[in-house]
Amino acid sequence: MSLLEIQDLKVCYGGIVALNGITFAVDEGKIITLIGANGAGKSTTLRSIMGLVPITSGTITYNGVKLNGMDTRKIVEMGLVLVPEGRRVFPNLTTLENLKIGGYLQDKAHEQQSLERVYELFPRLKERHWQLAGTLSGGEQQMLAVGRALMANPKMIMMDEPSLGLAPLVVKDIFSIIKRINEAGVTVLLIEQNANVALRTAHTGYVMETGNITLTGPGRELLENEEIKFAYLGKSK
Amino acid sequence: MSMTTILQHCLTGISLGGAYALIAIGYTLVYGILRLINFAHGDIFMMAGYFMIFALTSFPWPIAILITLVVTTLMGIGIERAAYKPLRSAPRMSIMISAIGVSYLLQNLSTYLFTAIPRGYPEIPFLKKIFQMGELSASFVTILTPILTIILVVILMILVNKTKTGMAMRAVSKDFETAKLMGININRVISVTFAIGSFLAGVGSILYFTDRMSVTPFSGTLPGLKCFVAAVFGGIGNIPGAVVGGFFIGIVETLLVALGYSTFSDAFTFFLLIVMLLVRPTGLFGEKTVEKV
Repeated sequence: MSLLEIQDLKVCYGGIVALNGITFAVDEGKIITLIGANGAGKSTTLRSIMGLVPITSGTITYNGVKLNGMDTRKIVEMGLVLVPEGRRVFPNLTTLENLKIGGYLQDKAHEQQSLERVYELFPRLKERHWQLAGTLSGGEQQMLAVGRALMANPKMIMMDEPSLGLAPLVVKDIFSIIKRINEAGVTVLLIEQNANVALRTAHTGYVMETGNITLTGPGRELLENEEIKFAYLGKSK
Repeated sequence: MSMTTILQHCLTGISLGGAYALIAIGYTLVYGILRLINFAHGDIFMMAGYFMIFALTSFPWPIAILITLVVTTLMGIGIERAAYKPLRSAPRMSIMISAIGVSYLLQNLSTYLFTAIPRGYPEIPFLKKIFQMGELSASFVTILTPILTIILVVILMILVNKTKTGMAMRAVSKDFETAKLMGININRVISVTFAIGSFLAGVGSILYFTDRMSVTPFSGTLPGLKCFVAAVFGGIGNIPGAVVGGFFIGIVETLLVALGYSTFSDAFTFFLLIVMLLVRPTGLFGEKTVEKV
């Protein structure tokens, strides 16, 4: 059984269909990526899993539990977290406070443990622990956003466009860290427009187009797919 | 005017300012979290006055004070639940109009229940005791108000800056949705905010009315507006700003009265509001925006 199973998920905003009955699964211990253009429904998928967007129909099952209509807090408690699009660190809190708030549901002992683990992954955050998060650079904020999510000690982490607006070198850093997180046993569901780097990192890829999943396969295979090369990797026919 | 008289008026002003500061914090806290100007806040302050009058008819003063504070706090939480929470995802204007509605509801409800005839505010003997310091004389409440205000503000600042709940409050004030993703219970944090604001308004009410002798259903309107100005003056959303604003307005108002310009003392407050909004709309200590996108 997969850790996360999405069955025929449909989401509408008013009369507009954002997700038109998508089905996919995330196996435990894997990195899965959903790629697609703007407006394909990638973010909506993640937001509906976290209970931020009401679901029209379909089911979301995580670790054998149905998530439909569940409180976001309960979902976080079960070890499923989301790194939101655009980082969304709390600019008025220090780096350390941002991390602490990521572990809001953890007790003190776990907090210290998680904090050390995060500092090991991101030594830069330790250097800047006293600094207001709003004054960090874009790359540092992304690291903070990922670190903050890890503070909840998750079983599975979902990331919404971690490469957005970052320099290529920083993107490389972030993705190597995503791999390390995964190697430590955390399942990763990644959403990207940067199909190249996402497919290179992921075990399995799903391609989304206007509310539907149109293509599935191992990451490396999708990289070689002619259609994908044309649509997402900038190759001309 | 002799030095003693000036000091005497300053003392009165500081005391009035302390009460204003306590009420202004309620405006600033709620604005910080919900971006809502809680127009009902002044009326919560007025209701606290009535609670005290009724509590004191059947209980000794320490219990009456306790009852007043508890009931005022619960009323603040209740108002939020009933009138603001259902509008959480509505446009901000709707919740603002709802706040105005609550304000009028409280005023008219208390007119209906308690009539518009001023009710005498009971004297709490130890608060009214007169102290003599050299040439100056003041009742205990005059001296107690600023001291209590400072103590409560220090406690509040520690709560906001050093505790987990305070951290959650600051996070919620910036970003509801991301705070949810951290596992924070937004509704609880908002309830706590209203509880603190109403509690402080309750304390402010006891201190304010003890010096004023009577309560009417409209007693909350003008102090409420002035404290709102105090919060804007200090930079709405900023707690120390609201305190400074409260003291400033309290002192200036008292001095204007002392100088014989009592007709203008209320006008001054609103003149200050207009000037502040024109010259420095973010207030004295307005939120710095050092956000990177």
